[in-house]
Amino acid sequence: MAIIRFDRPVFRSPMSEFERMRRDMNALMRVVGGYEDFPALPAGGVYPALNISEDTDNVYVRAEAPGIAATDLQLSVEGETMVIKGERKACAADEKLSFHRREIECGSFSRAITLPTRVRTDKVQAKSVDGILTITLPKAEEVKPKKITVNVG
Amino acid sequence: MTDKELQVKQRQEVRQTGESTKPERQYVPAVDIFESSDAVTVRAEMPGVPKGGVRIGLEEGTLTIEGARADAAGSAETFLLREFETGHYLRRFTMAETIDQDKIEATMTNGILTVVLPKREQAKPRQIEVKAG
Repeated sequence: MAIIRFDRPVFRSPMSEFERMRRDMNALMRVVGGYEDFPALPAGGVYPALNISEDTDNVYVRAEAPGIAATDLQLSVEGETMVIKGERKACAADEKLSFHRREIECGSFSRAITLPTRVRTDKVQAKSVDGILTITLPKAEEVKPKKITVNVG
Repeated sequence: MTDKELQVKQRQEVRQTGESTKPERQYVPAVDIFESSDAVTVRAEMPGVPKGGVRIGLEEGTLTIEGARADAAGSAETFLLREFETGHYLRRFTMAETIDQDKIEATMTNGILTVVLPKREQAKPRQIEVKAG
């Protein structure tokens, strides 16, 4: 089973206790199986919503950030902490327009996450396609699984 | 920087009248609809939908916006955290009959679909000059 550390307190949410329960429930679902069929839940409304996955070589962080140009995104990795910052500017704010519906909000965001393993910070790649930001973080050599051959003594 | 902080909103699933035969989820995209004197513009948030996955239809006064997204995650990956889902998007609107159907234009940038529906000539507001008699 994958080891994951997201146990830092959620500073921005007063509902952190519920947040902890949610994480525990999710961990339980992962063990029981069929995890992917359960509806995903946003974590305390902190923007952007993230999907984090891994394979043997990389950790992938995907963020849903529609309407945010690549130039308005800032990404930094420091040790095991990654910070995603950005701003959505694409707001139509013309006085002459009359709005019937206004559901897309504008504003800035910043989110810090603890990465599940050590990564090679110099080899991190990020790209933004169709409003989804994909960050590929190669795992550090020392945390990659290594096969050890047992010698016949 | 804008002072306002963005928040993640819980996405709503589409309520369907019939039962779906495909095991996929459909969501209601968040939209902005605004009107100027010559056009109605609909902007819909559809992250993960490529340009080719969008379908826009206007029939009998109903505008249908559909978006099919490609699943981004590879099959060899294990999920560690899952806060958003890869589902499709669907939303319908009732439009006034004043839209010039031949001139509808749509663009897709960074996961936001913008549909511009121009109004017909006779539907545009006209200033009427009052002449001195």
